[in-house]
Parts: sequence; C-alpha cells; structure tokens
Amino acid sequence: MKVLIVEDSKATRELLATTVQTIGGVEVICAVSGFEALKVLPRFQFALIITDINMPDINGLELINFVKKNPHYRDTPLFVVTTEGRNQDRERGLALGAAEYLIKPFEAEVLVALVKRYLKLG
Amino acid sequence: MARPRALSEFIAEANEILEALGRDLLVLDERRGQEADPDLLNGVFRAAHSLKGLSGMFGQDSIARLAHQTEDLLDGLRLGKVALDDALLDALIETLDLFNALLAEAAEEREGPAQEVAIAQADRLQRLLGPAVASAADPLDTLGLDPQMRAVFTEYEEHRLRENVKRGVALYRVRAVFSLADFDQGLAALNAKLKPLGEVISTLPSSQPGDESTIAFDLVFGSAKEQGELEAAVEEQKGLVTLMTPAATARPRPAPLANDREVSGPQLRALDAPRTPETSLRSLTQTVRVDIGRLDGLMNAVGELLLIKSNIQQLAEGARQAAAGSAPLPKLWGQELFKESRALERKLDELQKGILEVRMVPLGQVFDKLSRLVRRIVRESGKEIDFDLAGGDVELDKLIVEELSDPLMHLLRNAIDHGVESPEARVKAGKPRRAVVRLKARQQGNHVVLEVGDDGAGMNEERIREVAIERNVVTVAQAEGLERRELLNLVFIPGFSTRASVSELSGRGVGLDVVKTNLARLSGIIDIDSRRGQGTTFTLTLPLTLAIIRALVVEVSGRTWAVPLNSVMEIVQVTTPELRSIEKKEVFSLRGQTVPFVRLSRVFGLPETKLEKHQVVIVGLAQARVGLAVDQLLGQQDIVTKPLGGRLRSVPGVAGATDLGNRRTVLVLDVAAVIEGLLRPRSAS
Repeated sequence: MKVLIVEDSKATRELLATTVQTIGGVEVICAVSGFEALKVLPRFQFALIITDINMPDINGLELINFVKKNPHYRDTPLFVVTTEGRNQDRERGLALGAAEYLIKPFEAEVLVALVKRYLKLG
Repeated sequence: MARPRALSEFIAEANEILEALGRDLLVLDERRGQEADPDLLNGVFRAAHSLKGLSGMFGQDSIARLAHQTEDLLDGLRLGKVALDDALLDALIETLDLFNALLAEAAEEREGPAQEVAIAQADRLQRLLGPAVASAADPLDTLGLDPQMRAVFTEYEEHRLRENVKRGVALYRVRAVFSLADFDQGLAALNAKLKPLGEVISTLPSSQPGDESTIAFDLVFGSAKEQGELEAAVEEQKGLVTLMTPAATARPRPAPLANDREVSGPQLRALDAPRTPETSLRSLTQTVRVDIGRLDGLMNAVGELLLIKSNIQQLAEGARQAAAGSAPLPKLWGQELFKESRALERKLDELQKGILEVRMVPLGQVFDKLSRLVRRIVRESGKEIDFDLAGGDVELDKLIVEELSDPLMHLLRNAIDHGVESPEARVKAGKPRRAVVRLKARQQGNHVVLEVGDDGAGMNEERIREVAIERNVVTVAQAEGLERRELLNLVFIPGFSTRASVSELSGRGVGLDVVKTNLARLSGIIDIDSRRGQGTTFTLTLPLTLAIIRALVVEVSGRTWAVPLNSVMEIVQVTTPELRSIEKKEVFSLRGQTVPFVRLSRVFGLPETKLEKHQVVIVGLAQARVGLAVDQLLGQQDIVTKPLGGRLRSVPGVAGATDLGNRRTVLVLDVAAVIEGLLRPRSAS
C-alpha cells in the first residue's frame, strides 16, 4: 500500500516518512511541494495522502480540493499535518474533505495509529 | 517525536531557514520607510512558520515557542493588522540573532543563556503585536465569490484578496491548461507575464478536464488593467481570462495602522529589549550546496580518466608480454605511453580544478550576516555610519569563508565602536557628519584580498610606542628603531592590548592578537595602515583554498621539505658576511629592513651544511617576515597536506606530511609555528 507524503520541509518529510514506514506493508512516496504532488498523483494508486498546508506553490487546502473533486482520487483518505493552529484553515480543511487534521508537534504513535486505522491494518 | 540522530538534519534545515530569513530581513532593513513588498513579508512569515513546525517536530521547545510568537507577529504584519515600523523591524532582527544563538545551543545539546533571553523576547514580541482588533464587515462577503472557490483560500490569501478589493482593482480568473509533465514551467511563464500587471493571489489546480495528460489551473488575479490587455498578455499561454468582480469606483481606503503605537514606540524599546548573547557567525553545518552542472563536469572528468586507465592497462599488457618474450614490444609503445601520461596529467588537473570549484562559495554568504550585525551595532552605537560593502561575489573555499566571519566581525566592530568618531567630533574636525565603514573583497591571482576600513580618527603612533614600552612588548632602544609600519603592527602582539589601553588608542588593539592568530591559521596575512585624522584600514590576504596548495620543495641537511608557497614572499641569496647579530640572533638586511635569519637545520636539530652562500626563503605570515635558510631549492609542486598521526602530531614546526610522487613522503613546514617559536622568547623578555 502506498502513502503519499506532501511536505516541503526536508527534515519533517523524512521524519514523517520514517514514522509511517515503520508500519508493515506500507510504502511511502514523498513530494516536496504541491506541484510535485499533482505530478505524482496520476502515477500511483495511493491508499492515503498526508499533506502540509503551508507550501510555496499551491496550499494544502487547494490540494485537498483538487483531490476531493477528482473522480480518480476522491475516495483516497487525506490527512493534514500542519503547524497551522488557525481555526479557519482547520475548519476549511475538514470541510473540504480532509479525514484528519493533525497539528504539529504530535506523537509518532498517534500518526501510526491513525494511518493504521484508515488503511485498515492491525 | 524526536530522534536524537536526526539532530544534525534539524540543525541543517533550521540553519537554511534562518539564512533565508536573514536575507529577507536585510532587504526590509535596507528599505526602511518604504511600503513592504507583500511577497517579501509572506516569505518572512513562511520562514518563521516553517521554523516553528520544524523545531516542534524535533522537540526543540525554546525555538518552537519563540518561532510561534514571531510567527504570530509576522502573521499580523502580512495580514495588515500591525504596521512595519522601526521598533518592530529591530525586534525581528534581534529575534533572528537570538534564533541563531538558540540553534547553536541546540547543536551542542546544552541549555544556555539564550533560552532565558528567548522567553523575554517572546513576551516583547507579544507586546508589539498588541490585542487583536475586531474586524469590520468583511468586504469579501459582498463580492459574490463562488463559495467553492473561497473555501480553498487560506487566511492569508483572503487577506490579499481583501487588500486588492480595497484598492478598488478588478478581480479576474485566468484559466490555463498545461501538460501534466511540465505544468510548473508553464505556470512560471504565465506568472511572469501577469506579475507586472497586478497580483496573482492564488493558484488553484482544477479537477475539471478529466484527461490523464493535462491539468488546468485557475489563477485568481487582481489587476487595474482592462480585460483586453490581460488577454493579450497571456495569449501565448492560451490563458482564458474571465472577469470575476469589476473594479470598484469607491475610493481606496488607507491601510490599517498599527493598533498599539504607544507600546511599540522606540522609547520603550531600549528598556525592554532583551540582550541577545553574542554568538559566532560561523554556520553550524558543514555542507556545501553544489551546482549540478559542476558535478556533471566532475563526472565527465572521471569518465575520461577511466578511458585513460584502460589505455594504460593495454600498454602495460603489451609490456608484460614483451618481457615474457611472447610478443615484441610495439614500435610506438613509448610514444603511446607518453601520450597517455600527458592526457592523464591534463585530466587530473581538470578534476582537481573542478573539485576546488565545488568547495568554493561566494563571500556574500557571510557578508549578508555581517551586514545585519553591522546595522545593529551602528544603531546601538548612536553614530551615523554608512556601511560600504563590495565584492560579495568573490568566491573562497567554504572552510575559509566560515573561519573568516569572526575576525571580520571583530574588525568591523572595532571600526564602529572605536575607529569612527561621534558625529559632533567629526563636524568639529571638518569632516562629513556621516562616517563610512568599508568592507571590500577582490580576487588577486591565487589570493583574495579583503579590506576593512573606516574614515575615522586613525591611530596615534606615539601612544602605541609609549604603550608598547610600558607593557614590555619592546625595549626603549627597539622602539626608537621601529618604522611606522612596524610600530602599527605592534598592536597584533599578544599582551599589547589590554582594557586599560582601549580608549587611549581609539580602541584598536582590542583582541587584535586573536584576529591575527585566526588568520594565521588560514595561512592569511594581515596588514594595517592608519593615518591620524583620516582613518584606519586593515588588509587581509588569504589563499583561495587550503585543500590543495602549491609548495616550494627545498632541501635542508639532505632532507626534503615542502614550504607552502602562499606564505613565501620571495627568495634571495645571502652570503655569510652579510649576516649580522642582534641580541644573539642572526639577522640580515633586505632592502633596508632587518629580517631574522633562521637556519632550518638548527630549528630541527639537524647537522648543518657549511655554506658561504645561503638560499633564503623569505616567508611572511600576517605582519611577520622571516628568512629561512635552506641548502637547496628543488622546485615547486602541488601538494595535499595529510595530518600526522600519533606522537608526531605535536612536533612543533611540522604541519603534516605529503607525498611528492615517487613514493617519497616529505614533511610540510608549519611556517606559522616556526615564526611563533622565534618571536616568543622576544616578547617574553
């Protein structure tokens, strides 16, 4: 099962990837920006997308909207992982169809548990 | 969710963020009083935001907390809730310095003084932000925007939209379809066309065209231009322009002002500004970013070397068979081998040059940091000073650039604090009120020359002479014989400068011995020139790189030595009768200047060769000049110095070992140590 991680911070991206990869049977693919995510999306069948909100090209909300409006991807669950504590962005993210909204910092166990739940693993 | 081994990754990325933040703040600092570019403010905000997220993930709570407060303030700034005034900009610049201090502590995994300062600074930022203002009726509500489109705007994008509406410009939607493979280039081209005509507020990927190979984007664009003009501009990209809301006829409202000017006033600033602990400007990472083109060049060179290797293998095989008697040696064998060895030499040169280039970074990296600090020190000093900076594009070895920042800062601080007079004193002396402090770099052959100068009061030579005698740095007799330049150079001798002498000598000499030592470590030379009433200039000469150096190969008592060529000034011949003796030390005269004569054989306790005519290598390190007597000059060669291990490591006078080819290992002379060893007994007397 493939999980797409969209995050422009290299260190955070690697930390997220390492955490998610500890789950057996999961393969992580990373995109460094919203644009790269748009390019990667059609190439794989993703079981889950994890995205940041604040990115230099398109913002995470726009990516959620794109995914949720597109018949190819709309059933893919999507997590927002962000520093954005702002209520408006959080509400909008969830309204657009994000499944979970995690605010950094959070415990690795929380992320692992959520990923497992949505991927219906153990 | 911190992993200890990820610390260095965290430091590297945080460092990059802070560097970018520093560059943006510098631009804002330079454009004080002008309206700030929204992109720039957003960039600064993004930096604080990324830092908050990053440090939070890595359990760096002090950095995260301060970044959080900084982010809030910057968010208020980019959303127009707070005005960018001098007090706020000063606070931001100090916060950046504090981040650097916190990061340095984090890198050493210790809790230091910066942590406490950070708490005070966070409070201060909060006061600058002030209480939140209740927002009036939202102009966006009356626009009749498609709610689906509005749903994907972040708060910031909404703010930009609002600002455009307030200015009374029209909002357009520009739709363009690109191929999925290279839409980013297409978008960049479209943005470049639109940017001069208005503001691209948001870029929305559209899910509408269903096919696999293309993607459509909607750009929300605010512009005072007519639709026709926009259509013409984006024709090449096949952009489709639709008007979303027409330009308003209402007069644009002025931007909201800071809501709490009393609190953010400069009067309060001096009192409540926490002091940032001084930290080194050296960056915390040991990485160099390399242009991919340069790496490709190196890869090509390696490929060609492999080709040469296989040619040589064939030639070797031919020679082996000839020796075994199974085949005659090909006629042109010698010629071929010669040709290949020439090709090998050329390619190795290319490879060497390429690798040196990879290590090179522009001085601008450290100039950015310096110029920020200089502005701060100038503000604190209350003097009126222009900072004249040139040569940021000159490239130097990364390690040298890193090591240079502290000595340069030291010299600049001295120039500002002590070199430059107060505006009143300058006017009285008939000089312009505003002083100039210069930092200039230029490349000169294999060296980079840096000049740190001011047009201040200059040094008092007579006072230097008196202080030097008082502190037993020189004897009265020696002091009499010193020339102007030698006299000025006394300020570099350890023990010359003390706190007491600071004000008496316009502060020069404060820690200058440390500057000198740091430069000597980089095989650098420092010189000083000062004219009373006109100012002081320090000239620093540094080699381009330390990795591969050219060396003079010499023979002393039958042993071969390598002397780094960058410290060699010239080579002269001196006959025994020309030698004189001063205080039981041999000296000779070089164009009227007395230079110590050092027999290398004696330094290393080797048997002496009796010679009438000595080959003397004049070496210079910082301001010192010494003549090293050797038996024979063997030539020049590029060498890579390898450190000596074990007990040999601490042999004074030996910098390391190198291989000269022919499988012979020779020792590399540590010119600095030889000179220091020579000077030490004298300054102790």
